Amino acid sequence: MAALRQPRTGGLLVLAAIIAVLPFLLPNAYYFDVVILVGINALVVVGLNLLIGYAGQISLGHAGFFGLGAYASAVLPARFDIPPLAALVLGAIGVGLLAVVIGRPILRLKGHYLAVATLGMGLLIFMLLSNEQDLTGGPDGMAVQRLTILGYKLHGVHTWYWIVGGALLTGTWLALNLIDSPTGRALRALHDSEIAAQVNGVDVVRHKLTVFVISAVFASLAGSLSAHYSGFITPNSAGFLHSIELVTMVVLGGMGSTFGGIVGAAVLTALPQFLTVFHEYEHAALGLIMMVCMIYLRDGLLPSLRQRLHWRRS
Amino acid sequence: MTLLRVEEMSIEFGGVHAIEDLSFVIEPGAIHSIIGPNGAGKTTLFNLITGLYRASRGRIMFEDRDIGGQPPHRLARLGLSRTFQNLQIFFRMTAIENVMVGRHLHESRNVLAHLLRLPAVVRQNQRTSAKARELLDFVGLADDADVAAGAMPYGALKRLEIARALAVEPKMLLLDEPAAGCNPVETQEIDHLIQQIAKTGVTVVLVEHDMRLVMNVSTHILVLDAGRKLAEGSAAEVRANPAVIAAYLGAQGQRELARAQG
Ligand SMILES: Nc1ncnc2c1ncn2[C@@H]1O[C@H](COP(=O)(O)OP(=O)(O)O)[C@@H](O)[C@H]1O
Ligand SMILES: [Mg+2]
Repeated sequence: MAALRQPRTGGLLVLAAIIAVLPFLLPNAYYFDVVILVGINALVVVGLNLLIGYAGQISLGHAGFFGLGAYASAVLPARFDIPPLAALVLGAIGVGLLAVVIGRPILRLKGHYLAVATLGMGLLIFMLLSNEQDLTGGPDGMAVQRLTILGYKLHGVHTWYWIVGGALLTGTWLALNLIDSPTGRALRALHDSEIAAQVNGVDVVRHKLTVFVISAVFASLAGSLSAHYSGFITPNSAGFLHSIELVTMVVLGGMGSTFGGIVGAAVLTALPQFLTVFHEYEHAALGLIMMVCMIYLRDGLLPSLRQRLHWRRS
Repeated sequence: MTLLRVEEMSIEFGGVHAIEDLSFVIEPGAIHSIIGPNGAGKTTLFNLITGLYRASRGRIMFEDRDIGGQPPHRLARLGLSRTFQNLQIFFRMTAIENVMVGRHLHESRNVLAHLLRLPAVVRQNQRTSAKARELLDFVGLADDADVAAGAMPYGALKRLEIARALAVEPKMLLLDEPAAGCNPVETQEIDHLIQQIAKTGVTVVLVEHDMRLVMNVSTHILVLDAGRKLAEGSAAEVRANPAVIAAYLGAQGQRELARAQG
């Protein structure tokens, strides 16, 4: 029982319960579609929160990794005859290696400089995907083959609901494990004081690189799932706006709160789907939400809510 | 074996010679103090020894090994650890988590095992937290284990830094003004703590302005002035050194000294 009250175990069980019950409450395929999109974004956000919320390193280019994962799943099967599942894994490995190569030089930068460098990285990937017409179909995008597992073709919102739900639950479990480990403590430590972390034996450069790679791989896997689910991709999935959306989800939900990030992803993914007004002013709304968060809800939705409840109880 | 040997070391910032042609040794055991007026270069010296700064000239040997240019986390592995004059606390973590970070080098660093939360990681977390609790108890913060460091008072944070530095299990512990900003009662507690740490066999290097504390605990004192060595020796020798009295202690220092002696 004590384990249930731990935020870790309790949170995971709540998430599992929500994923298990939700299908009975969703009225039609349209709602399933929205929830699947939420799950895919949430998976990226859980990884990105490790980087931004826990380790305190900003990235304005993570949609680039998402896009590369998506295109690996689209291009490798279509042009090189590689089975989709292998393409998904190869994409994740490739993105991980790329994150090492890019991360080494840019993670030495701090604050605004890191923001601008990751922004550049995202733009570079976007341009690459847009310009390599022969491989990627250019700005018009390309179709993606169905994901097959053991010869079984995965299709339909119900199947995809469980795939994405399972992936999100697994990703969340991995992230929570990491946070409550020597690596996680080192990441949180270097967020508050790099020099104190160093003199306590933390290899700051190595740890920043580790979390950068992990968050990139999360994004890549989510990108692959997204590509197979929707069956069609364009370079916009790797674009600047998507990167900003992802960061906003982290900030709105709560930096350094894994479940908060999932709430942030749910709110920001679902809102434009249901509020057409919101849809028209999506970019403006994102900016407004960022500003309001920074001014009134610096800790994000979920942590602020939790604090308020706690406050009332005591 | 000499624990630390500094040879003709210099560093400058712009035109300021923060440390200039400084040589000294620290033998293992007991408590070594470094004193000197504000801006004498004491903190800079700590930053040089712990690898945060790089000397422009000279050598630093730790246990007869040249450690010049090594990054701080490597030096921690060799057995160096420190506290900071301006607190460097992990404010978003609890007190016990702060100390657990100090155990980093004694824990496995297999990221895959951490992600999968293998049973070995769970057991290790338990060991680390038990050890951290022990250290919190040692510095008198047993009741604050689960308090967010950001919510703790200044005096407690000073001791929290000491607990964290001890978690590294250093051979040499450098304390940069551990009693600064503390009231007399807290200063006395820290005085007691330093002596206890020295008793466990850790070599303590102490920078402190509180002369009573320094004269009380030190077996050896190095006096810096404007980045240079002014004098060194036992507490009695330094106290009697005319250059020290004239250049550093001054009228105010002499009053403090008289109180310390009296
Ligand atoms: N990072 C730095 N940049 C510029 N000047 C510095 C830096 N660190 C120390 N100094 C200068 O070196 C001198 C010694 O400073 P410090 O070591 O902090 O003295 P103490 O700790 O003895 O009070 C001072 O003049 C200080 O301004
Ligand atoms: Mg100082």
